Amino acid sequence: MKGIIGRKLGMTRIYQDGRAFGVTVIKAGPCTVVQKKSAEEGEYDALQLGFEELTKERARKVLSKPIYQRFEHAKLKPHRVLREIKVSNVTDYKVGDVIDVGIFADGEIVDVTSISKGKGFSGVMKRWNFRGGEATRGSKFHREMGSMGAGTDPAKIFKGKKMPGRYGGVRMTVQNLKVIRVDAENGLIAINGPVPGARGSLVVVKSSRRP
Amino acid sequence: MDQYIRALEKEHMREDIPELRPGDTVRVYVRVREGNKERTQTFEGFIIRIRGSGTGRSFTVRRVGAAGVGVERVFPFSCPSLEKVQVLRRGKVRRAKLYYLRDVKGKVKIKERRS
Repeated sequence: MKGIIGRKLGMTRIYQDGRAFGVTVIKAGPCTVVQKKSAEEGEYDALQLGFEELTKERARKVLSKPIYQRFEHAKLKPHRVLREIKVSNVTDYKVGDVIDVGIFADGEIVDVTSISKGKGFSGVMKRWNFRGGEATRGSKFHREMGSMGAGTDPAKIFKGKKMPGRYGGVRMTVQNLKVIRVDAENGLIAINGPVPGARGSLVVVKSSRRP
Repeated sequence: MDQYIRALEKEHMREDIPELRPGDTVRVYVRVREGNKERTQTFEGFIIRIRGSGTGRSFTVRRVGAAGVGVERVFPFSCPSLEKVQVLRRGKVRRAKLYYLRDVKGKVKIKERRS
């Protein structure tokens, strides 16, 4: 496992071997290793990465005191974002090491985690892909959910019934996306297909769990 | 749009396509693959639309084919299989999208534009 923190920039089209790919462009890294955890120390193998360096003055305003002081103790520059990424080879890294997009290569398969766009209180058609009814031809049934269950028996609505409600705005992972291009110079990764989140939202790109 | 996305698109942008405008009559040379053989196909007509930006920018060429059937083909400007585009005639039009030409019965006449 390996991973990097970045921000989603937007989507575009890229050509490769005469084929067009719709890609999401992510500005990833540089990330600093802030803390190491290992199984030997009774925890698990993971790295804590910092992303988006801040000046000290800025960091005092943006970060809470306990988090700010972690950077002080580690003798590192403060970063806006801290995320933990599980890795198998903790010993290869030192606190203070910088990770950039170079850890990924063209053609690699990755998982991308981010907070999806919030859709607010959504109806059942958007949220659960119900089919709804006819729009016209005298139909009075448009976007409703229809029957919610049987009648006198069981005389209740089952738990977990798909109903309208808050949709989106949750952390989700899209698995097995292909890296089309890595631009080390600008720190960019272009990943085939869409990725959760709005432009500018924080994303974590990891090597695929189940390739 | 984002400067980094522009940077990434830049290497796929083609400089060799001439400046095109709606109303221009063009001949487009496209490489097509049939089995293992590759050959060049031409498509001739006038441009009725230019849309998009960056690598997604494209133009639509309309041609009235056999039996008076209108044929439209969309070509991305950055498409690698686009061999070349030849401008046969510069047209003078007062609209960005020439959709109304789809409804013209008989021959479409476009005035010539002089630079």
